[in-house]
Amino acid sequence: MAHLSVENLCYDIGGRRIIDSISIEFSARRSVVLGPNGAGKSVLLRLCHGLLVPTAGSICWRADANVAVRQAMVFQRPVMLRRSALANLTHALSLAGVGASEARERAITALRSAGLEALAHRSARVLSGGEQQRLALARAWALRPDILFLDEPTANLDPVATREVEAVIDAIHRAGTQVIMTTHNLGQARRMGDDILFIARGRLLERASADHFFRAPKSAEAAAFIEGELPW
Amino acid sequence: MLEYVKRCIVRVWAIDTLRDAGLQALELMIGLDEAMMNIVALSVQVSLSAVVLSCLIALPIGAATAVGRFPGRQAIIVVMNAFMGLPPVVVGLIVYLALSRAGPLGPMGLLFTPTAMVLAQALLVTPIIAALTRQIVADAWEEYREQLQSLGSNGFRSALTLIWDTRFSLLTAVLAGLGRATAEVGAVMIVGGNIDGVTRVMTTAIALETSKGDLALALALGAILILLVVMLNSSAYLISEAARRRYG
Amino acid sequence: MVDPVFIRVVLLACLAWIASVPAQAAERFITVASTTSTEQSGLFGHLLPLFTRASGIEVRVVALGTGQALALARRGDADVVFVHDPVAEEKFVSEGYGRGRQRVMYNDFVLIGPKADPARVAGSGDIAQALQRIHATASPFASRADKSGTHAAELRLWRLAGKDPQDGRAKWYRETGSGMGPTLNTAAAMNAYVLTDRGTWLSFKNRADLVILVEGDQRLFNQYGVILVNSEKHPHVKHALGQQFVDWLTSKPGQNAIAGYRIGGEQLFFPNAGGS
Repeated sequence: MAHLSVENLCYDIGGRRIIDSISIEFSARRSVVLGPNGAGKSVLLRLCHGLLVPTAGSICWRADANVAVRQAMVFQRPVMLRRSALANLTHALSLAGVGASEARERAITALRSAGLEALAHRSARVLSGGEQQRLALARAWALRPDILFLDEPTANLDPVATREVEAVIDAIHRAGTQVIMTTHNLGQARRMGDDILFIARGRLLERASADHFFRAPKSAEAAAFIEGELPW
Repeated sequence: MLEYVKRCIVRVWAIDTLRDAGLQALELMIGLDEAMMNIVALSVQVSLSAVVLSCLIALPIGAATAVGRFPGRQAIIVVMNAFMGLPPVVVGLIVYLALSRAGPLGPMGLLFTPTAMVLAQALLVTPIIAALTRQIVADAWEEYREQLQSLGSNGFRSALTLIWDTRFSLLTAVLAGLGRATAEVGAVMIVGGNIDGVTRVMTTAIALETSKGDLALALALGAILILLVVMLNSSAYLISEAARRRYG
Repeated sequence: MVDPVFIRVVLLACLAWIASVPAQAAERFITVASTTSTEQSGLFGHLLPLFTRASGIEVRVVALGTGQALALARRGDADVVFVHDPVAEEKFVSEGYGRGRQRVMYNDFVLIGPKADPARVAGSGDIAQALQRIHATASPFASRADKSGTHAAELRLWRLAGKDPQDGRAKWYRETGSGMGPTLNTAAAMNAYVLTDRGTWLSFKNRADLVILVEGDQRLFNQYGVILVNSEKHPHVKHALGQQFVDWLTSKPGQNAIAGYRIGGEQLFFPNAGGS
C-alpha cells in the first residue's frame, strides 16, 4: 500500500495564491475533497497527480517494498481518442509500457469489470457521456493504480449514469486502490467518502470522517457549505 | 425568376467562345481523347505525389510546433504562416536554380521531369499543410493535454496520437494543399518546361492554348480541371464524412 | 459501410500509382530549347515524330523566347538550341557555349494591326515607314519586351526607322513582357499594332479585328538557326544524339519535312540550310 502526503503545499498562478500551505497525510481510505467553486480542489488533485508543479512545498510518495507508485486520474470530462473503446485502453497500457498481448488481456478484463465488454469494438467517441466516463474509469483501472484521482467524475451525468459510475469507483476501491476524489455532490460525498477534506480559498479548513463532518462540522464555513449557504 | 435564369443562359450561350468551350469540353471528355487523358493523369499523379511528399514533412512539423516547446518554434510558425502565400513563380525559380545543370542538384538530371514538378509543388504546399496542421493539432492538444500527460505520454507520442486522432480534420488541410498544387501553373511551367507528352499538365496546357489564342480549347481544359478537382474533393469529403459518423 | 480492407487496398493501389511518377521511361532523348514560334505554329508537332521515327531519338522541346532559350542552354539545361536571333546566336557560339551555328530555315515577320488602321500603314510594304507613321500618330503598339528573337528584330526595325519608341515614356508603346501568343492576345484586346512571325500568326486563333498590314519587306526576314551546346562546357550534354538531330534538320529529309508543313495550304517555314 502506498502513502501520499503533502507538506506546506503552495501553488501560485499570475500572482494569485490558489493553494495556500496545505499539509495532508492521505489515509488509505476513500478521501473526498469538498469545497466551493474556486476553492482549489481540482488544482490540489493536479498537483498531487503531477500535472502541475507546486510553487512551494513537497509531495511525498511512499510505497511498501521499493516499487514505483502507480497512479491514474479521471477527469470531469473524459477525453477519449478517436478509436475503439478497447484501443483506448490498450493505448494507455502501451504508454505504461505493457506489452501488446498482456495489454489486450488487461483491457478486456477492465472493460468487463466496468460493464462495457459489449462496447469494446465501438468507437469511444460515439458512446454516451456515462459510458465514456465508465470507459475512462476502465482505462484507469486497467493501469492497476495504487492511487486513483477523480476530479468531479459525475459532474456532467444524470442520476442513473452517476450511480453506474459510482458503482465502478466502488469496485476499483474494493479491488485495492486508494481513491481521492473531488465532488460538488454532497450526497455523493456521503456515499463515497470515508475521509472528508474541506477546502476553501486554497486552505484546508477541516478534516474529518464523513460521519463527523456532516453531523457536526467544526468550521463555520463548512457548516454553511453543508446548509447550502454561500458566504463567499 | 426562372425566366431571368433562362435569359441569362441564352445570353451566355450566345458568346461563341463559351459555347465552343462547352462543346469542346464535352467532346474531349466523351471521346476520352488520349492526349488529354495523359495530361489529366499526369496532373493528378504529380499533384497527389507532391501532396503525399509534403505531408511526410508538413504533418510532423505542424504537430511538433503545436505540441512541443523548443527554441525556434515561434520562428517556424511565423515562417510557415508567411509562406502559405508563396508565389509559385518564385518557388519555380528556386527549384529551377537548384535542379539546373549549373545548380547544386544539377548532376541528378531532374530538370524538366515530372519529379521536378513534384518537388516544386511539394515545396509550395508544405507551408500550407504544416500551418493548417499546427492549428488543428494545437486545438486538439488543448483538449487532450492533461489526459495524455496523465497517461505518461511524452511529446513525441502525443504528437503522433494527435495526428491520428485529428485525421478527419487534417484531411481538410491536405485538400487545401492539393487544391493549391493542381491549380498552380507558374512553378511547373518553369521546372517542367511544358514538354509535350512528358511534363505537360492541365494548367500548362491551358496556358499554352491561351497563348495560341485558342480560348475555347483553353476554357474547355479549364472546365475539365475544375471538374477533376471537384471530383477529388467530393470523394475525399464523402469518405471522411462516413468515417466521421463511425468514429465520432 | 464500406469494407475497411477494401479501402486499404484501394489506398495502397493509389499510392503505388502516385509513386510511379519518377519512373517515367527516359531512354534516348534530347532536350531542345526552342522558341514559342516553332512550337506554337505546330511545326514541331509535324517535324519531331518524323525525326523520332527515323532515329529512335525522342525530342523534348522547352519552348521559350530566344533570349530565355539561350540562357537555359548557357546553364547546360539543353542539348540543342533552335532559335531565331542571329546576333545573339553568334554571341552564344563565340562565348564558347555552342559548337557552330547552322542555318535551318526562314520565314518572315509581319506587322499586324487593326483593320481600321489608324496610322495608315497598310499596303506600303515599307516597314521603316510604317513604324515612323505609328510613332507619328502615337497609335497603340504592343511590344513583347522579353528579349526574344522577335523582340530583338522589332528593336532593330525601330532603329532602322530612326525612332525610339520609348522616348518620353510614350503611352502608346506597350511592353507586355510576355510570349508571342499572350502579346497577340493583348494586341487583339486593345487593337494595337504588333510585330509577329508569320508562323505564330497563321496558327493564332483569337484574332479579333487584327489583320496583316505590312509584309514582304526584305528587312522582315526571319532566320532560324540550330546550335549544338558545347559538351566541353557542359560534359553531360548529349553530344552524339544532339548532333544527329542537327544533322537531320539540315539534311535533305529534314529540309523536305520543313517545307512540307502547311497551315490552310500556306507554307510556314522555308528551308535554307547549308553554311551559316
